[in-house]
Amino acid sequence: MIKIARLFLALVLVFLYLPIIVMAAMGFNASPLYALPFDFTTHWYQELAGNGRLIEAGWNSIWLAVLTAVIATALGTLAALALWRRTFRGRSILRILLLPPIAIPWLITGTAMLVFFFWTGIGRGLHAMLIGHVALAIPYVVLVVGTGLQTLRADLEEAAMSLGSTPIHAFFRVTLPLLLPSIVGAALFAFAVSLDQFVISYFLSVPGMTTLPVEIYSAIRKGFTPEINAISTILLVASMIIILGFARFARPGGIGERS
Amino acid sequence: MPPEASAAGLPATRRRMPSWLATAALLLPSYAWLTLAVLLPLAAMFAFSFLHATPLGNKPVVWTLEQYRAFYDQPYLLGVAWASLSIGLWTTGICAVVGFAAALALVRATAGRARETLLILVLLPFWTNGLVRVFSWTMVIREGGFLDVFVRWFWPSAPSLGFLYTTPAIVLGLVHGYLPYMVLTCYIALLSVDEAVIEAAQSLGARWWTVLFKILVPLAAPGLVTGAILIFVPVIGAFMEPRILGGRVGVTMGTVIEDQFTQAFNWPLGSALAFTMLAVVLAVFATFSGVLRRSATT
Repeated sequence: MIKIARLFLALVLVFLYLPIIVMAAMGFNASPLYALPFDFTTHWYQELAGNGRLIEAGWNSIWLAVLTAVIATALGTLAALALWRRTFRGRSILRILLLPPIAIPWLITGTAMLVFFFWTGIGRGLHAMLIGHVALAIPYVVLVVGTGLQTLRADLEEAAMSLGSTPIHAFFRVTLPLLLPSIVGAALFAFAVSLDQFVISYFLSVPGMTTLPVEIYSAIRKGFTPEINAISTILLVASMIIILGFARFARPGGIGERS
Repeated sequence: MPPEASAAGLPATRRRMPSWLATAALLLPSYAWLTLAVLLPLAAMFAFSFLHATPLGNKPVVWTLEQYRAFYDQPYLLGVAWASLSIGLWTTGICAVVGFAAALALVRATAGRARETLLILVLLPFWTNGLVRVFSWTMVIREGGFLDVFVRWFWPSAPSLGFLYTTPAIVLGLVHGYLPYMVLTCYIALLSVDEAVIEAAQSLGARWWTVLFKILVPLAAPGLVTGAILIFVPVIGAFMEPRILGGRVGVTMGTVIEDQFTQAFNWPLGSALAFTMLAVVLAVFATFSGVLRRSATT
């Protein structure tokens, strides 16, 4: 049974990675029409180095994702603490109010933001995208941290307090260290939500202020060369380094540990 | 518990801030942000859906219900809506089965560092661009694409297996995009299942399918539900995947709505269609939440 399970996992990984590997390989293939057989070249990477538009869009994407992760994790963790550790009237309504950004397709949220930001004069551009991305990420952060809080025994904090610890001290010395894997996980989630976010950015972008997914989409519609594969591969490798760094950082008492 | 005991047990006197104020301070940043970015825009869009035309320039503002008659006036929209719904259900269903199985395999058949590495490998595709993942499938499944090249390596005269520009192609791309969500939510849920419960069932003679359907699936139900919600919702509003993988058959509610905002510039109609889709999504949630609550309690 364990062998079948491992074989299945291997197949899932092949399914997840096969198209990504094909995509990356085609960035090194000479044919602009993705024709095989494979003929190695770095031509598309040289082309990319001179493509200021794609490079600028790439930097926009990365900064947006970093800012989104920082803001959403900070705000969302605070909200999760209130929603899962405190009792007050209206708590269930506030939990339900987290759902709209998740429970409403991004297409609807994105077009609604377009209408509202147009109407109020907030306008479109990177600032509008940041507002949107953080709003999308907050509920994910609250849910991930909240799930962590649920599995965390509240009586540990109460035990610390009954032994003379102040609530703030108990939080920083007991709850926060135990919760850290969840918070890091939440930040990763927020980063991913922003970096992979295309729909909201698409409706809120203006020419000259776009993110990589938006640039790639318009490239696909206008005509596509392996340059897109090249920049995607670079972004892919950069993201992987970031995640692996996070995974290393989160290891003490990390997600995978069950001691 | 007698009141004296609880009063003595809590160091309430040490709190400097009133409890309600602390709660409000914790909540305010998130909810103010959500109001500005999501709730007010939705309200504005709802108002737009009752307009006759996009209010640009000096056009007079005319209020009307005509946008909501679109499904009656243009019956082809019903077919489009059904296509979107079935794509959403297929994608969510396939993700639930494959994602749960993968999470179960991770929890039961791996351990320690290997498990951590595998989990990261499953989640890594999140960090890759969704569009490029979708586009990369076109290179795999088009006629004469990677799939055909691979098959003809073993069987040179094989007919083309390419199925680009079909509904299964759209579902494939969507499953690929959203599967990691399901693996993650099911994995978190399955981790919390107490090993002793499974051992107890096995020592009492339960076969593996009994353990699976009577213990693991019910206990992991919150993970399955969360995963299904995280997947079904973006999928039902997807427009990029149908455009790229569906070609001409890829007409969904998502692409129709997007057209209203980017091509036809008919914002009121787009708003009305978006709110109609929202109603369908909520109805599906209501239906499923009943089923899920029942399955969780038995």
